[in-house]
Amino acid sequence: MDETRTRTHTYGDDELPPPIERIPVLRWLKENLFSSWFNAILTIVFAALIVVLLSGLVKWALGARWEVIPANLKLLLVGTYPLEDIWRIWTTLYVISFLVGSAGGSRGGLMRHISMTIALMSVVLAIIPFGWATRGWIIGMAGSTGVGFVLGHFAKGFRRYKHLEISMWVLSLPVTIMLVNGISGILPVVAGRNSWGLMLNVIGAVVGIALSFPIGILLALGRRSELPAIRLICTAYIEIIRGVPLITLLFMASIMLQLLLPANVRPDLLIRAMMTITAFEAAYMAENVRGGLQAIPKGQYEAASAVGLNKLLTTTLIIMPQALRLVIPAIVGQFISLFMDTTLFGFIAILELLHISRSIMGNVQWRGTIFELYVFIGVIFWLACYSMSYISRRIERSLGVGKR
Amino acid sequence: MSVAKNEEIIIYRDVHKWYGDFHVLRGVSFTMQKGEVVVICGPSGSGKSTCIRTINRLEDHQKGQIIVDGIELTNDLRNIEAIRRDVGMVFQQFNLFPHLTVLQNVSLAPFWVLKMKKSKAEEVARQLLERVGIPEQADKYPGQISGGQQQRVAIARALAMSPRIMLFDEPTSALDPEMIKEVLDVMKELAQSGMTMIVVTHEMGFAREVADRIIFFDYGQIVEENTPEEFFHSPKHERTKLFLSQILDY
Ligand SMILES: Nc1ncnc2c1ncn2[C@@H]1O[C@H](COP(=O)(O)OP(=O)(O)OP(=O)(O)O)[C@@H](O)[C@H]1O
Ligand SMILES: [Mg+2]
Repeated sequence: MDETRTRTHTYGDDELPPPIERIPVLRWLKENLFSSWFNAILTIVFAALIVVLLSGLVKWALGARWEVIPANLKLLLVGTYPLEDIWRIWTTLYVISFLVGSAGGSRGGLMRHISMTIALMSVVLAIIPFGWATRGWIIGMAGSTGVGFVLGHFAKGFRRYKHLEISMWVLSLPVTIMLVNGISGILPVVAGRNSWGLMLNVIGAVVGIALSFPIGILLALGRRSELPAIRLICTAYIEIIRGVPLITLLFMASIMLQLLLPANVRPDLLIRAMMTITAFEAAYMAENVRGGLQAIPKGQYEAASAVGLNKLLTTTLIIMPQALRLVIPAIVGQFISLFMDTTLFGFIAILELLHISRSIMGNVQWRGTIFELYVFIGVIFWLACYSMSYISRRIERSLGVGKR
Repeated sequence: MSVAKNEEIIIYRDVHKWYGDFHVLRGVSFTMQKGEVVVICGPSGSGKSTCIRTINRLEDHQKGQIIVDGIELTNDLRNIEAIRRDVGMVFQQFNLFPHLTVLQNVSLAPFWVLKMKKSKAEEVARQLLERVGIPEQADKYPGQISGGQQQRVAIARALAMSPRIMLFDEPTSALDPEMIKEVLDVMKELAQSGMTMIVVTHEMGFAREVADRIIFFDYGQIVEENTPEEFFHSPKHERTKLFLSQILDY
């Protein structure tokens, strides 16, 4: 059946290939930019404006003090994290790149793509003269990804291995936190964790995503529950949280909890901030998921009931997979904004990337390097957010969204 | 296989149902023997779908008694689950699970509900796909096969639970004419194998050939209940005659 739809097509006697339209450059210019006097003037004015702006930008970029970035790179990335403990961060990165590599080797597809990217990026980064120790650590990333990849590739025949991989992923988050933060009794707790630069954005976002996603799903289900009490509680929670800006919630978490709770049960500031962002994003996640749930036709519930699936199985096997697939773009959009929202931590004295760079600007030696730092921050955030949306598009494609 | 036709498998006693103020089923009573094939027909909106959907409790009834395979339908969840294991249903819109392959659609319930081993469930599924004539489509997704094939998958999916009763709600109404026959053929084979079946349909050829009895519905009541022979040649009621003239004459 599929063979009839081959790519090469030979034309029959009365069939013609579609005409190929070739527009010469001059005609394109005339049609699009100079079609009337008015358009011509607009084109010229804007062209001049662009030239002026671009040349200004280039002139600034050439004369900018970019040395502020390499000189403060460690501060920007991991803040005041002590140098002698930095191996813990690398170890964490190795664990994760190993897992990514292993998934790439055993599952292929998108994960293989990501592991290739990590390995390639590490090799490219290692060319930059950071100092030999750092370059060694960076090359190690490519190594651990590769080891994972090879292992995954050869173990992919065993179903056990895939289960093992999943449990390792689930464990990787607590392990990461224990490694980076330390755990009393085993690994010394690292001090000063409210000024760890970019690492705080990343940890905040990962924890926020990992927790708000399941909580959001439960809230969405709760809001559609048949039990009035549960429905009321979930609806009230969602609507109240969505009515308050995140920054307000963060201030409340940092100041009001301080006043309300006795000192010995008061969680640490960073934990409070992460709890707040999780609670906040879960409400939005719930609404995204609910949107997906509402798009599932009644017939799916009926068919599931008719073959004897109970409510729990119907939800987990039939409804939720379809609903989540429909709202991948919305969910990833929310992950992206969650990542950017972690910069608000700065306002409650948690020095993440944005606010730690403000402290660099305040340094006499680096006075006047605001733009350089902001450009750097912008690039970092753009890279992270663009990767997320790229991954989301790949997932959508591999799940065949839209071509049921 | 000889079929014992003296076991009452469905008993319907003075069943009433309302949607809000709207009285959909207005005192419906009938019984069905094991192995019988009953066709239900009647004008649109007369309550045919509602009636067969009460049998596996996709809809509840508010008055009267429904006993399926010895179990009375109440709000007791365990009863409902037991009934649904015994009653398969095929819908007008197929309602396949679009995110699962054909094989997964069919093997899902045996695996999760009957707790079969995965390999066993898949073997059962493959046998059923063979039976409905599409073993080669096992690894495709529902969106990749034709309507007639989808409906046959839906039949296989229902059969995978080894039900004692099969319900069909206008199984061919959403199909292009050239696909109707392939679905009806599967249903015919099923009827001949001794399955107890209730079929809501306007395919009068099928009714004439396969049905043991035809039930004619109007305004939420059974107007006429008759053998196909009598039903088509000497209907008792004016309403039935009018209906038959409308659907047979164009
Ligand atoms: N969920 C519902 N809420 C309110 N009214 C309903 C609901 N479902 C069906 N009805 C109404 O009940 C009546 C009977 O519906 P039913 O679907 O049983 O008819 P039917 O005989 O199957 O008709 P058709 O041949 O069009 O499928 C119709 O008038 C319909 O509008
Ligand atoms: Mg109907």
